[in-house]
Amino acid sequence: MKNFLELKNCSAVKLNDLPVLPFADFRQTLIDSVGNENLRIAAFFPLQKSSDRYLCAVLVDAAHRCLRCALSGSGDKFPSLTPEAPAFHWFERELFERYNMEPYGHPWLKPIRKADGDYFTMEGDAVNEVAVGPVHAGVIEPGHFRFQCMGEKVYSLEISLGYQSRGVEKLLEGKFSSKTLPLFESAAGDTAAAAATGASSLIEALTGTQISQRASQIRAVMIELERVANHTGDLGALAGDVAYLPTASFCGRIRGEYLNMTAEICGNRFGRNCIMPGGVRYDIEPERCKKLLKHLERVNPELKHALDLMFDSPTVLDRFENTGSVSPETARSIGLVGTAGRASGLKMDLRHELPAGFYETAAPKQAPGGNGDVLSRAKVRYNEIFASLEFIGTTLQNLAEGSVYTPVSAPLQTDSIAFALTEAWRGELCQIMVTDAQGDIAQCRIVDPSFHNWFGLAMALRNEEISNFPICNKSFNLSYCGHDL
Amino acid sequence: MLKAFMARLRQGYRTGTFPSTPPVLPDRFAGRPEVFPEKVSDEARSICPVEAISENGRIDLGRCIFCGKCAKVCPEGIRFTDEYRLGAFSHDALTVPGVEPWQESSNPELRKLCGKSFKIRQVSAGGCAACELDFNVLNTLAWDIGRFGIQVVASPRHADALLVTGPVSDNMRLALEKSYNAMPKPSFVIAGGACAISGGLYREGTTAGGVESVLPVDMYVPGCPPHPAVMLEALLRLIAYR
Repeated sequence: MKNFLELKNCSAVKLNDLPVLPFADFRQTLIDSVGNENLRIAAFFPLQKSSDRYLCAVLVDAAHRCLRCALSGSGDKFPSLTPEAPAFHWFERELFERYNMEPYGHPWLKPIRKADGDYFTMEGDAVNEVAVGPVHAGVIEPGHFRFQCMGEKVYSLEISLGYQSRGVEKLLEGKFSSKTLPLFESAAGDTAAAAATGASSLIEALTGTQISQRASQIRAVMIELERVANHTGDLGALAGDVAYLPTASFCGRIRGEYLNMTAEICGNRFGRNCIMPGGVRYDIEPERCKKLLKHLERVNPELKHALDLMFDSPTVLDRFENTGSVSPETARSIGLVGTAGRASGLKMDLRHELPAGFYETAAPKQAPGGNGDVLSRAKVRYNEIFASLEFIGTTLQNLAEGSVYTPVSAPLQTDSIAFALTEAWRGELCQIMVTDAQGDIAQCRIVDPSFHNWFGLAMALRNEEISNFPICNKSFNLSYCGHDL
Repeated sequence: MLKAFMARLRQGYRTGTFPSTPPVLPDRFAGRPEVFPEKVSDEARSICPVEAISENGRIDLGRCIFCGKCAKVCPEGIRFTDEYRLGAFSHDALTVPGVEPWQESSNPELRKLCGKSFKIRQVSAGGCAACELDFNVLNTLAWDIGRFGIQVVASPRHADALLVTGPVSDNMRLALEKSYNAMPKPSFVIAGGACAISGGLYREGTTAGGVESVLPVDMYVPGCPPHPAVMLEALLRLIAYR
């Protein structure tokens, strides 16, 4: 791993400072590292430097609390890493689909963002195929699911995405403008606070802007409120899917209370238009802070009560336990991240591994892992909710003095690359920005946690009853738009 | 079982009092702006991320994402109020200053057809999930749209209206058209959120730039995303709920 450049999270370097490795070394280092307990792939994409195209790999090195990055001139065809390191499979399919690069030896270079009508099928008299979507029964995003079943048992689930694809990364290219942050925020609309924090860090790294402690505290509060609201919604939805209606109803309402707290801070329930390069737009004044703390004090016990009710119900536990299991080995090899990764027993949490902003000072307690079933994914959420609530309370009580905005005065550093990894509620969100010789945005890269995790859902369904699909799906609750971009 | 009953008692009755009383909105909520076109500066126009401000200083709420950047650089020309009645039946009522949307009357045919039952099928077509999530909220007990005879249905064949969110990504266009064609006619289309009305931030992406280039639209609900109160008030006006 020594041949890869060591980087701090939320930092920028000149493109010329990135090491360019011979492809064989690059490939071997990646294969040897990924799958190791403390190393995982965060981004793998083509990078244009002057007139040449390189493959760029970004890794999280948890043991050394840093990022690792290197380039390699792979050419348009190169031997696939997937057979030896399955965590690369989705990235390589993307390379083939979007950039016409061919990682030969990959088991199936099927497009990830376009339904091509070609699906894995099983043959036999008793086999039945179930096709669902892109338009689903509920009010959710579009995606297509193909189940290969014998009776009730699912042998294979294929997830075909791309319906939400609207060209986010392309639209981000060009001048840094008033559009930049809203585009990052709406890459996955339910992850706006984490996305805006990461995107702002990119700009701050590229302009050498230092933000105030108070601003970074408010950002962290918003990210954690976002986590609590979404986890609450997910647990309520899980209850709904096993027809445990009390918790489903209570959580539906309580999720709204946390969204309203975010709106109390910035006017928007999804935390939009608040976090920006240089800090945050809205301060939490003492009066507002008091009001928020009171609101938390009222709602937190109601939430705990609603959730404990569910986790105390044998009929619910019976449905959650040993359903949709993803073993730690599988989780590590396919590169699961975030709540799903932690539920499968992987120790990973960027707030502790690569803390940036206020997380360098304090971070919510890490939730204990599990054995990878629906119950584990539910429990990780439960524990994260209360760790975050405690963190929000303490942070609000200890807001530093000072302003919440530092003007960004310098232009973007030229010919550089900046990295920001943020522990969003679903898991790690990786954002990368590359600038050109004029200091304009030459390229942006967004790797949503769902990009790593969709295949995990497919694995969870293997040998599972098809009727368990809804709870397996809810227990992951992945983003379609964050994946499709 | 007893525990669940006790829990119900403890959690209490939580359905809001809207529409008999106005909705409770946060003090920083950005609703319909007040605009003085002659005072709208060039800076306000150029800072708008969605080019919602025209040459003559009017704001197109169909494009607006309510970020408030314009009001910050031009407080004398633009001020966002807490007016939440944003849903409009026509394009004219999306422009500020202009027709106030709540002055328009809804399609009388709709009331006659649907009586007191209005079924909606939602289709997300390239949205970022925020519009979908805040529409879904209307189904929770906090808003409980069932009270008004509004129900979200799973099949377009059971629906009176299609609520479309998102700018209509190229990859969703066919599925959206098929959903629309599967509805019994006459049917209605609601465009929810800036993306669905005008393409929003994704007008120049791999999208159709809004629902209207694919389907006829009967109601526009501005916002990014529309606050649940904005969406509910619009729906109630659409079905002429009394």
